[in-house]
Amino acid sequence: MNKAKKGDWVRIYNVVLKPEERAPQVPDDTKKVPLEMWVKGFLLNEEARIGDEVEIETYIGRKIKGKLVEINPYYNHDYGKCIPELLFIGKQLRGILEGGEDNE
Amino acid sequence: MNRDMSYQSVMSRRNEIMKKAVGIDYERFESKGIAFDYERMMRETGYTLQEIQKIQSETGVGNTPIYELKNLTALARKLAPEGKGARIFIKDEACNPSGSFKARRAATSIYHAKKKGYKGVIAATSGNYGAAVASQAAMNGLKCIIVQECYDSRGIGQPEIIEKARKCEAYGAEVVQLTVGPELFYTFLKLLEETGYFNASLYTPFGIAGVETLGYELAMQFRELVGKDPDVVVATNAGGGNLTGTARGLKKAGAYNVKIVGASVNLKGLHMASDTQFNKKSFTTGHTGFGIPFATWPDRSDVPRSAARPLRYMDRYVTVNQGEVFYITEALAQLEGLERGPAGNTSLAAAFALAQELDEDKIIVAQETEYTGAGKHIQPQLTFARENGVDIIIGNPDEEVPGENIILPSHPSQIKARDLDLDRIKKSYIKNCIETTKIDYVTREDIDFLVEDTKSNEKFVKQILDELGVKY
Repeated sequence: MNKAKKGDWVRIYNVVLKPEERAPQVPDDTKKVPLEMWVKGFLLNEEARIGDEVEIETYIGRKIKGKLVEINPYYNHDYGKCIPELLFIGKQLRGILEGGEDNE
Repeated sequence: MNRDMSYQSVMSRRNEIMKKAVGIDYERFESKGIAFDYERMMRETGYTLQEIQKIQSETGVGNTPIYELKNLTALARKLAPEGKGARIFIKDEACNPSGSFKARRAATSIYHAKKKGYKGVIAATSGNYGAAVASQAAMNGLKCIIVQECYDSRGIGQPEIIEKARKCEAYGAEVVQLTVGPELFYTFLKLLEETGYFNASLYTPFGIAGVETLGYELAMQFRELVGKDPDVVVATNAGGGNLTGTARGLKKAGAYNVKIVGASVNLKGLHMASDTQFNKKSFTTGHTGFGIPFATWPDRSDVPRSAARPLRYMDRYVTVNQGEVFYITEALAQLEGLERGPAGNTSLAAAFALAQELDEDKIIVAQETEYTGAGKHIQPQLTFARENGVDIIIGNPDEEVPGENIILPSHPSQIKARDLDLDRIKKSYIKNCIETTKIDYVTREDIDFLVEDTKSNEKFVKQILDELGVKY
């Protein structure tokens, strides 16, 4: 889905500061890139496509403009992948407490 | 209203915007020189401990349980010399409504904002404080905006920060997500100006006084449970408010002899404002990247005078490594049946090591835990580290290089609390005081202030002033 209609929950994008506008104290690598911003809200335009300049109303009712980047944005963080390096810890600790290991 | 919204112009209106947004005229507490009247600021703008207890209890904040970690204590004793191995306790701050001790700070701030008639609150935070402010704002019917430093220039964000955004949005807050950089403050100021909301800063007297209940409860709980005050309290240290508030609360309970230890995750070498290094760290708070700069210059915060002044209360400052905190987080789950977020376990990793220096009859407390969940858990955080080029190794944690690898100790005996040179940090703070105020003569009042603000003595302060070539 890349077309949103009025009232859809969307995410917009803005550049706050261009690289040349960045604060003097930022490190060089950061100075090379813009300061970017993302905000979510309900679309106020009748309809819009990804990439269009639009206006939204955030959940608390603030109106803000920006480029439409996502429709029905969702969270994709999770519990991660298996980290095999963690698996020994519990067994090791139980072993020590049960006296199975010499710790002098 | 046609105000100039350029970076320079908004920043130059900083003091005016802040005065409106926190409602404190900080100039009232200032002297002409270095000194300012910290205790009077805490008294006149804050609330009494009893008032705060009442405010917090109305939203279910505080009175969190303490647990004795008997298996971790037994483990520490196996590793310690004969007769050593203090009893290790933890205060389960994850039991607060928003999942961390930050609810204490938020409760007081939001109560104050509501009382003063503000329609909403804004906080600049990527951490647990955002969730705390959003939760308290929801309870009090105020609107809430949280400004996060969240992504690098590839648009990639730490799972822990993304989870915090989710939690804030769950409470009905608007979350403004930014890429890396100190100019977050510019966006923050613009939002304060646009909305007229209250600045729920972490560093106002309200915020810090909110943590005093934690220290007070600790003393009361231990007196009831074991009949005495704890011997050592370890506080994870970033901006300094956790340690400051806890130490003040202990004093208000009359627990004057408790040693206060600050603990931070060692992120030496990583620049906090660097776009390319932003996602090379596995801790978004509780680390030296905040701990050291805020200790050496607390007034760098988002209010003119920070109420968080950790050097005033700290007896010792130690670091632990990322891999050690991950290991102890796994140990807490496996041995004690408590699954808690990694960052909050920074103080526990330090307490586990420090317990081995203390006699068996002593009591050491890690004074907080935080919630855990998707993103905010050892597995996603280590997955993220690996995907961002950081090696995960089992080995000797002494060899950990922040940003390059995370070393899970191959044996719990390798977990250490490494002392930072507190005198050097104090010296650096005094130097910053001189450089910021640009004064060439230090008054009697300034010296007294510096002695208090560094928990040192006159001889120490004068020696540093001599070294800096400043007259007094």
